[in-house]
Amino acid sequence: MKTEKEPVKTAAKPKVAFFDFACCEGCQLQVANIGESLLDILGAVDVVEFREVMSEKYDKDYDVAIIEGSITDHHAEERLKKIRARSKVLIAYGACAAIGGVNGMKNSFDLDEIRQSVYGKDFKLFPSSPTRPIHQVVKVDYTINGCPIYPPELIEVLKHALRGLPYTVPDNPVCSECKLNENVCMYERGVSCLGPWTKAGCNSWCVNNGNICYGCRGEVTNPAKNANDVIGKYNLKPELVKNKFDMYNKCKEGDINVNRK
Amino acid sequence: MSTANKNLDIKVEYVTRVEGHGNIVVNVKDGKIEKCEFHVVESPRLFEGMLRGRSVFEAQHITSRICGICSCGHSLASIQAAEDALGVKPSAQTTKLRKLLLDYEFLDSHLLHVYLLAAPDVLGVPSFVPLIETHNGVVRRALRMKKAANDVCDILVGRHVHPISAIVGGFTKLPRPKDIDAQIAILEGMADDMAETLKLAKALKFPDFHRETEYVGLVSDDSEYPLLEGQIGSTDGKRFNKKDYKKATNEFIDPRSSAKFTKLSRDSFFVGALARFNLNADKLHPKAKAVAKELGLKPVCHNPYLNTVAQIVETVHCYYHALEILKDLKKTGLDYSQQVTVGVNEKGVVPVRAGNGVGAVEVPRGILYHNYETDAAGMIKKANCIIPTNQNINNIEYDFAKLLPEIITLPKETIRLRLEMLVRAYDPCISCSTHYLDVKFVD
Repeated sequence: MKTEKEPVKTAAKPKVAFFDFACCEGCQLQVANIGESLLDILGAVDVVEFREVMSEKYDKDYDVAIIEGSITDHHAEERLKKIRARSKVLIAYGACAAIGGVNGMKNSFDLDEIRQSVYGKDFKLFPSSPTRPIHQVVKVDYTINGCPIYPPELIEVLKHALRGLPYTVPDNPVCSECKLNENVCMYERGVSCLGPWTKAGCNSWCVNNGNICYGCRGEVTNPAKNANDVIGKYNLKPELVKNKFDMYNKCKEGDINVNRK
Repeated sequence: MSTANKNLDIKVEYVTRVEGHGNIVVNVKDGKIEKCEFHVVESPRLFEGMLRGRSVFEAQHITSRICGICSCGHSLASIQAAEDALGVKPSAQTTKLRKLLLDYEFLDSHLLHVYLLAAPDVLGVPSFVPLIETHNGVVRRALRMKKAANDVCDILVGRHVHPISAIVGGFTKLPRPKDIDAQIAILEGMADDMAETLKLAKALKFPDFHRETEYVGLVSDDSEYPLLEGQIGSTDGKRFNKKDYKKATNEFIDPRSSAKFTKLSRDSFFVGALARFNLNADKLHPKAKAVAKELGLKPVCHNPYLNTVAQIVETVHCYYHALEILKDLKKTGLDYSQQVTVGVNEKGVVPVRAGNGVGAVEVPRGILYHNYETDAAGMIKKANCIIPTNQNINNIEYDFAKLLPEIITLPKETIRLRLEMLVRAYDPCISCSTHYLDVKFVD
């Protein structure tokens, strides 16, 4: 598994690099928030690029490239393709990279119209393409969901990636964790929540803190058993539910094109 | 060495150890400066456009995603703008908890900047990574303090990066007595590390450079160091109600680089820790005043590199201010009937009206404005966000213009580092970019 092209100096620790595209860089920040145990991780890998906190640059191949953010213009697309070509393993890191995240809301608007609304008559100076998650541009080997990512999951995925083992993202709804945490259901509290349709793995982070689930981890393949009944039982307006989904999951519409390829 | 025939060509693509992407471009031909600019190359995210048609009750959740480092600051500015539009007055308890949250935001962000992003420059290394070998204790302390600041935030609002419980109308979960105790314990546990941080601060040396400019920030008539509430003021004597934030920013397009700039009384102005210190030093916590004196920081200070020192002073202020709030809450207890479940206000727990609201909040990098216009159903019709870094870009370029001739005889690498350090001193947060027009890539 070790890289043979590398000189043998540092016992060939895996070379890991972080790259950011359109995003808030909060998922990178979650790395700094791990605290002193970050040094244990840094002992097992060789972080060769991490622009937010490092000036060092690296010009060889990466064992693991961790990609944060969405692709929103052609410069980003070209840069991502170059990184992919140099990387053995590529991880889509955080909601913007994994599913497009909040950047996807842009896709609900005409591109010229939304640019004009922000930049006025000079909007054409500001190139922009519809938001895409990483897997709609290059092959992705591992995905870490969430806005922001849930740090324990980062450690899990890294362990798998460094050993070359497959990692399966849990495909059960947030409700399964919410119940174990003994939260009162948000629907019982009179507000709508995307927990029944959203992938677990965050330990129902938002609901534990009294807020609703916004769907940041993407949709489950099979929603909670009674999820569709929820719409009827609580008399939800379909457009309300759709609007809520679009906050993070609008880019899913682009998956149809990717699957066709 | 004569500068008359000096040629210099510096292109720093993606200034590192700043949040977001920016380039420095310098061109000197035959001793004449042809270009000395700071470009922002962040991909457009168009948040203000995307907010249109969303419920004002979703604005906090969405806009906190503008920036991972300042997500609590964006949340507070967003909530203030939304509540202003809706005509909602927060309770005294809610305001107190929001001030506590803002203290935590400052602690977390300033510590990150001072230790991980700025200190490597003054210690002469490219990042904190080599410091793991040479200054292991310092790195461990930095990560420990960063984690502590993060942990108190987790307890208060669920997490620091994208807070969960701070929303329009109050808090969805209020800290229990054990949570208050836990926050006090974590902060008190930081005391030794805070003392060590001051020792480190005293050892840091910054370049000697001065340029008079206007300093803009929140001001108030009471004795509290204004961070969450106040009017907009400047060292040139300007004062505006927050509703008139556009008069205090005057965004304009400069054909030179096509980025949207801001100005007030002069060519440019400065926002951030140094501006706040210059405006309100007399309102700092006594412990922070003492630290400013020890570090030799006096208002009005015109050296932008010392913004980092002002951040250290504010770190001390926020640390003690937070402890005071917590001890007060421990004494009085909290009113848990104020805990709210709002969602997108399906139950109508918050009265809704059409309105136009402004939030003006000091965040670590300077004054941040959010402005929402809402319809009778509480849907956003128009949104505007002016972030601190936006306001500073113009000032950075004027600093460049004065600094470069002063250091032009130095070796190219030193010049490059001084310019990069200057950009980093402003602690720019370019991810927040909402108003940049220039996305020119330097090859």
